[in-house]
Amino acid sequence: MLEIKDINVHFGVIHALKGISFTVNEGEIVTLIGANGAGKTTTLRTISGLKKPTSGSIIFEGKDITHSTAQERVRLGISQAPEGRRVFPSMTVLENLELGAFLRKDKKGIADDLKMVYDHFPILADRKKQAAGTLSGGEQQMLAIGRALMSRPRLLLLDEPSMGLAPLLVQEIFNIIKEINKAGTTILLVEQNASMALQIADRAYVMETGSIVLSGTGEELMQSEDIKKAYLGG
Amino acid sequence: MEQLFQQAINGISLGSIYALIALGYTMVYGIIKLINFAHSDVYMLGAYIGYVCMTKLKLGFLPSLLISMALCTLIGVLIEKIAYKPLRNATRIAVLITAIGVSLFLEYTTMAIAGANVRTYPPLTGFMNMSFEIGSVSITMMQIIIVSVTIVLMVLLQFIVKKTRIGKAMRAVSLDSDAAELMGINVNTTISFTFALGSALAGAAGIMVGNYYNSINPLMGMLPGLKAFVAAVFGGIGIIPGAMIGGYFIGIVEVLVSGYGNSMYRDGVVFAILILVLIIKPTGLLGKNTREKV
Repeated sequence: MLEIKDINVHFGVIHALKGISFTVNEGEIVTLIGANGAGKTTTLRTISGLKKPTSGSIIFEGKDITHSTAQERVRLGISQAPEGRRVFPSMTVLENLELGAFLRKDKKGIADDLKMVYDHFPILADRKKQAAGTLSGGEQQMLAIGRALMSRPRLLLLDEPSMGLAPLLVQEIFNIIKEINKAGTTILLVEQNASMALQIADRAYVMETGSIVLSGTGEELMQSEDIKKAYLGG
Repeated sequence: MEQLFQQAINGISLGSIYALIALGYTMVYGIIKLINFAHSDVYMLGAYIGYVCMTKLKLGFLPSLLISMALCTLIGVLIEKIAYKPLRNATRIAVLITAIGVSLFLEYTTMAIAGANVRTYPPLTGFMNMSFEIGSVSITMMQIIIVSVTIVLMVLLQFIVKKTRIGKAMRAVSLDSDAAELMGINVNTTISFTFALGSALAGAAGIMVGNYYNSINPLMGMLPGLKAFVAAVFGGIGIIPGAMIGGYFIGIVEVLVSGYGNSMYRDGVVFAILILVLIIKPTGLLGKNTREKV
């Protein structure tokens, strides 16, 4: 479904992504794990079109989207819940969700998806008139994911959904991510919480300073001694 | 008491003009964090376009107003495309200096074409020249027109920003342009649209001032532009209702200082207000100190 081929990204003189390649197949949950600064967020931003790569190509469902705008990529079915949630704070929860469906014209479909998002996250329905900035961190994360779902994506990019959340809430968010995936959305998940990510992922890639150093199924990597030492605390 | 009413009426008329200009400053600041110094010159050009329409083309006020707004929209969008868009990823100071450059370019190009001399608008005739006396308080038709046009434009603007798709895109981009882009919003189109709206309002202000004060010149935008900027800061820069309130506040203060104090001090008082706002509440009347949850 998504094929990243030898992508290089520079920020000025800094070589942030050093020729990374990986694939995401339809229906999978794939996770990118690695330490802070490994290039995980940059990878997601490059896929969603916020950052232009210096070389390499991105193929989505057989189509080369390397030079497409972010808008075209949303239209094709790529949607991102960005790092730090980035909800529109002074807008209501409902307005935020409606913005997620910005490019869609099918009123009926939008209404259905709004219901679907409220089913996944009932708290958002209770708070739909409330300004998004007044929500708790966990609720904002739910809103960010819900908003990304409102474009009815084929591929959902999630950047650090566990960041700053209490363990119980992290568990809840990850359960919902699994549900969303079962309902047919392919997911590329970036996480620092490696153990959680590996538990739900079909496959995983490990990034280190701009390169992919290891890959395998979630289970394989959970058993790997290197991973245990570096990311799983033992 | 009657003098106070008279001053209030004059202040509201002048305040309408400041409010219209301030809206353009505040919207552009809200969306790209740029103090668009060329904005006051779009207002000046609006006055000149209105002048050409009403003297050379002998058009009435309303068609001239619409033409002035339309051409200013175009000018505003062109300024953004030519001067600011190539600097989208440049430092803010580079864009700010460019804005000053654009401002000087517009002022002196106008001077080269139309001359540095003051031009006078044709005298108002017919119902446009009417005035109403209530006791010793007098209201001119032009004042009524200025206030009504301003209110209509503000209501329209609120409708566009709150209810339309492009208005929602504007608010989203001004809150977080990266996140807006992830929603599939075309950030460049949205920025162009913001310049278009602000410039249309400045054009309306320009032609109305021409008719109100009769005389226009290529540097007429400087001082009202700065005062409108103060108005935008007073209300909270980036906040649309703030610019409206700020515009009226500055207009009324200025007229009261002229009427009751010494008209020599009226500009000084406006800038003293700016200094006080920056010391006491830099975010302005409606501004909030926003903190991000992490």
